[in-house]
Formats: sequence, C-alpha cells, structure tokens
Amino acid sequence: MDENIAEAIVAAPEADASDAVDAETFRVKMTTRNVNVHYAEKHALRDVTLDIGEREVTALIGPSGCGKSTYLRCLNRMNDTIDICRVTGRLELDGQDIYDDSVDVVQLRASIGMVFQKPNPFPKSIFDNVAYGPRIHGLVSDRADLDQLVEQSLRKAGLFDEVKDRLGDPGTSLSGGQQQRLCIARAIAVGPEVILMDEPCSSLDPIATARIEELIDELRQNYTIVIVTHSMQQAARVSQKTAFFHLGDLIEQGETPQIFTNPRDEKTQGYITGRFG
Amino acid sequence: MNYGAILATLLVLTVIGFYLGRGRARAAAGAPTRLHSLPGYYGAHVAIWMALPAFALFLFWISFQSAIVEGMVWNGLPDRVAVLGEAKPKNALPAAQKQLLINNIRNYASGDIVSGEITDLVKQGAAAYRRLEVLSSWIMAAAMALLAAIGLLVTYRSISPAMRARNRVERVLLLLLMVASTIAILTTVGIVLSLLFEALAFFTKVSPVDFLFGLEWSPQTAIRADQVGASGAFGAIPVFTGTLLITVIAMIVAVPVGLFAAIYLSEYASRRVRATVKPVLEVLAGIPTVVYGFFAALTVAPLIRDAGAAIGLTVASESALAAGLIMGIMIIPFVSSLSDDIIIAVPQALRDGSYGLGATRSETVRQVVLPAALPGIVGAVLLGVSRAIGETMIVVMAAGLSARLTVNPFDAVTTVTVQIVTNLTGDPEFDSPKTLSAFALGLVLLLVTLCLNVIALRVVQKYREKYD
Repeated sequence: MDENIAEAIVAAPEADASDAVDAETFRVKMTTRNVNVHYAEKHALRDVTLDIGEREVTALIGPSGCGKSTYLRCLNRMNDTIDICRVTGRLELDGQDIYDDSVDVVQLRASIGMVFQKPNPFPKSIFDNVAYGPRIHGLVSDRADLDQLVEQSLRKAGLFDEVKDRLGDPGTSLSGGQQQRLCIARAIAVGPEVILMDEPCSSLDPIATARIEELIDELRQNYTIVIVTHSMQQAARVSQKTAFFHLGDLIEQGETPQIFTNPRDEKTQGYITGRFG
Repeated sequence: MNYGAILATLLVLTVIGFYLGRGRARAAAGAPTRLHSLPGYYGAHVAIWMALPAFALFLFWISFQSAIVEGMVWNGLPDRVAVLGEAKPKNALPAAQKQLLINNIRNYASGDIVSGEITDLVKQGAAAYRRLEVLSSWIMAAAMALLAAIGLLVTYRSISPAMRARNRVERVLLLLLMVASTIAILTTVGIVLSLLFEALAFFTKVSPVDFLFGLEWSPQTAIRADQVGASGAFGAIPVFTGTLLITVIAMIVAVPVGLFAAIYLSEYASRRVRATVKPVLEVLAGIPTVVYGFFAALTVAPLIRDAGAAIGLTVASESALAAGLIMGIMIIPFVSSLSDDIIIAVPQALRDGSYGLGATRSETVRQVVLPAALPGIVGAVLLGVSRAIGETMIVVMAAGLSARLTVNPFDAVTTVTVQIVTNLTGDPEFDSPKTLSAFALGLVLLLVTLCLNVIALRVVQKYREKYD
C-alpha cells in the first residue's frame, strides 16, 4: 500500500464517519447497466454496470485510455456531440432512462452539470459566465433574481469574496484555480442534481487543487458528484465510492477505504501501489 | 561572353570550393584537437565566400553596364550626326531625338527592329556598342574570377579545428533571409514612391483641396489649343462615393451569406458535407473577375432593370446595384473561408462547456462561439472590404463611367478603380491632369486599403493573443 495514500486516508477521518451515515441513508441516484461504447470500430467501454449514490462523491480512477472519461461523458450524453460515438446499455437518472427518445438532452444536461479538465470560461464577464445557464433556461424572471442567483452560485463555489468587486471583468482574467471555481459556479447556477467532473484539478497547482477538493467536499451536502481523477491521493481524499477502470473494463468498485486498503482485484492492487498506470 | 555561362562557371567553381574546403577540414581533423564544426560547414563557408561577392559584383555590373556603355558609344560618335536626313551638332540634339538615336543603335546591335532608316551612323554606333559590350563582360568575368579566388584563398587558409565555421555560416544565412524580406519591403516603398511622384505632379496642376473636397468629377480636358473642351473638374468626392456605395452593397451581400455559410460548415455540417461544400464554395474565389464582370453587365444588370421597371422604378442599365451584388458574390468565399477557419479555431472546450450547461447548438453558436470568434471575423470582413474597394474588372464592365454624386443604388455610378483604368488606358498624354489624376486616385486608394489592412491585422492579432 502506498504510504501517501495511507496518509491521505488517515488525514481525512471524517470520510469514515460520513461513510457510516451514508450506509444508512444510501440512495441510488444514477444506475448504469451493461454500458458499452464504441468509437467507430474501437470498443472503448465494455459492459460497465455501476450505481452512483446520491449526495456522495464517486471517484473514477484508472490509467489513461481506460474509458473513465468516456463513461463520465455517457452520464450526461456529451458523447452525442461526437459523430462516430455509439452508446448502448441502460443508463438511468432517478429511474428514468436518459437515452430514451422522449428525453430532451438539453434538459438532461441542465440537471447533470459538467466541469471539464481545463477551465473553460466563456469569453464573457465573470457575471455573464455564471448567468449564462440561468438565462438560456429562463430560470429567473428579473435582474434582481439573477443577481442573487449569480451571487449564491459564486458563494457556493467559494469564489464570491475574491471576485465581488470585479464581476464585470472577463472570466479569462482570473487565475487557473479561480477559473475552475468559476466553471463550477457556472454549473451550479443551473441547479443541477448531479455534477460530473473530468479531472478538474489536472491543470492546477497544489494550492488551487486543495481549494477545489475542499469545495467538492462541501458540495457533497447538496449534490451527487462523479469525479474522474488521475491522482489516487485525490480519489482517497474526496470520494466515498471508488470505481477502478482498466482498458475499457470496470475492474472493481466499492467503498473508497476498502479499495485503497484492501482491494480485491490484483490489477487494482497493482495500480494503486503504482506498479503500472 | 554569355551571362549564363559566367554564372554556370561560378557555380561549378563554388562547388569545387565546397569540396576543397571540406577536404581540408577533414584532413585537419586528424590533429589531436577535434573540429569545431562538421566538415560540411567548412566547405559551405568556402563556397559562400566564393559565390556571394562575385555574384554581388555581377548584379552591380549588369545594372550599370548599359548606361556606361551607352555613354561611351555616344562619346565615340562624330560631332555632327545625321538625324532625319539633316546633319546636326551632336550635343545640341533634343533629349527625345538623342534617346531615339541611342535606342536605334542598341536595337540594331541586338538585332531588333530599328525605327526609320538604317544609317551608317547607326551601323557605326552598333559596332562600337557590340565591341564595348563584349569587352565589358570579359572585364566583369575576370573581376568575378578574381573575387572568387580571393574568397577561396582567404577562407581555405583560415580552416583550422578552432575555426567556428558553423556559426559563420549561420550568420550569412541570417543575412540572406534579411535581404529576402527587405526586397518585399523595398518593392512596396518603390510602388508608393512612384505613385507619390506622379501624384505630386498632378497636385501642381490641381490643388489638393479641390481634389479631395470637390464635388464634381469630369476629367476631360482640351488636348489642343484649338479644341473646344472643358477645363476639367477633378473633385474626387463623387468617385469615392461611388466606390463606397458599391462596397456597401457588396458587403451587405457578402457578410451575412458568407458568415452563415461559415457557421453552417463549421458547426452543423457533417464531415462529408463539409469536405464537398467548402472546396465548391472556394471555387467561387477562383472565377476570374472579368467573368463576373460580364455576368454582371449582361445578365444581372438587365434583370434588375426589368424587375425595377415592372414595379415602376427607374433603374439605370448600369446600376450600382448590379455591380455591388456581383461583387458581393465574388467576396462570399473570402468571408466564408476565413471565418470558417476562425470559427473552427475556437476551442472545443468552450462548446463542450456550453453544451454541458444544456445549451442548444444555436445558443452555443450565438452566445459562445461567435463572441469568441468575433475579432477574427471582423478581420475577415475588413479584408473583404479591401477586396471590394480595390476590385476593378467587375465595376469597369458593370458600373459605368458617369461620376454622379448619389447614394441611390439604382443609378449608374463610377468608382475610383474605373476612373484609374479609363484615364490611363488608351493613348494618354503623360503630362495632362487627366492622366495624372489616375495616380492621385491610386495614392488615396492605396492609403485607404492600407489603413483597412492595418486595422484588420491588428484585430486579428488581438484575437490570437487570447487563445495561446
């Protein structure tokens, strides 16, 4: 067992406590059954069956090209924007099949928000970045409500105090970590139930990373979070459940402490101890 | 001696120099110290110093040779020369006649057609001319050989393991690159200067204030004293208004159509459709403008006139509308192709971010992609405007010649480029204000398009900084 990971788990004692609570109130938010993804001829994801628990953080780990990002993008149908991508299997949100013809993909993405690997603020002001979603979905009727919603979202993302005097500045003028929190605020503003994060800290320095990790832990109170990460310490620190992917297969899933201290599968063991990956 | 042969000889000598230098460097490498550079660099160093000075001398020589030889031939002619059948003192000859005589001598010497009768004088001059020319080329060849030899000797002797041939070759390459870029700049300066001097000649005849702010353009002037004719009016405003009117019409056509085509191709079209439609659209850019011109003049203009007549409008058969419409169609591919490239360059992450928030495609295009691409699109449109302002053939054929101060698109107007063409073509006198006015118009046009290009480049540059 990697010592850093052991430390990370020891350093996060509340993880154990909350796991105990979660075990009692555990409720499945999203279920996926036998998900297969093909990119043209390439079989990128094979028979993935996984439950995502409500108001907890599920970490997807695995070496590059293992399919974890592909899986994440299935959850809000972002793969629809790629011509050659084909998704089969059953994916449900609160028992509703999200690939059903009757589902409006635009509405679906409003309730399943996404934060990307590289911070991608729009070429607009900080305010307009956050107001973008509420405006296109008509969530607020007047300016005062919009102001309030933007402030709330920025507060939840822990950014408001840093930017409250310059909401008119371009979003790109912020630092990398601030930009990523702006993107989180932007996703929150639409009022999603699930937030998908695709390696949200991979382009950030350690301090900004720590800030985002704290934020993820806070957001867990209100949102279901699925996070793809390359850092096993990060997975150990922020998540309650962990799923390990390898070469398009879901190898192992379970409680985070169990995956990191007592993995059942040899490959998981090999990956988390750094033998490959 | 043939110039081709001289250059070929120099090339062969240079190649030999290269091998000599490389060979000596290899031999020197046997010493305990290692060579500073690869042997090829020593060879190249020798070759460069053999070829470059000799070649520079060659260029210098041939650009001054004819003037010097002509001067010597002229001095060698007898004091009294027979021109148009009568003998005149050589030095009292008018400049034009002197030039004619020299041209005849030169043409006879090279076997070209001579104007007028071939006199003994011409034959005598031509013989001298040919003799001097041969002599000159021999002297030049000898001087070049000398320079090459000096270059070879100095660089060959300098070869030693410690010599930094690699760095020296690098420096010469830098120099060559700088010369290449200077040529482009000097050409531009030359164009501006040639326009400037002719335009200044024009402004001695017509005051700049009258030209820039005058409201009447009628460049016909009396050519002979006994001719009945106006003194000419050179107020450029109607001409520039015409250019402006046609440009505006063209851009009203080209900007929306080109932009929408670009949005469709970059955001909506499947890869297959894009692969077919984009090249087809770009074929429009390959149609010669003269073809657009007669399409505008023979098909579109009558169509517009008849359509106007049907709804009770008076439309000139050479209307600004027809020319502008066709010019707009010509510019569509410029706007669409450039905008398409710019829209494609907007990072996919921005689109993903917008889709991830539940935005539709058109919302994403309108609110995220276009604002991100806007500076680049503005640049594309400004380049299109430059094309429209400078476009000549379509308006020559379709817009007409009457310089009317109007903004009515159904009237016939004329443009700056049309006036330049009509005032310079044919059999013009190069000291009448009519002809010279073309240069003044050209100068102003150049300045306007230059400003537009500078603005366009600045805008595009600003956009580049954003996504690095």
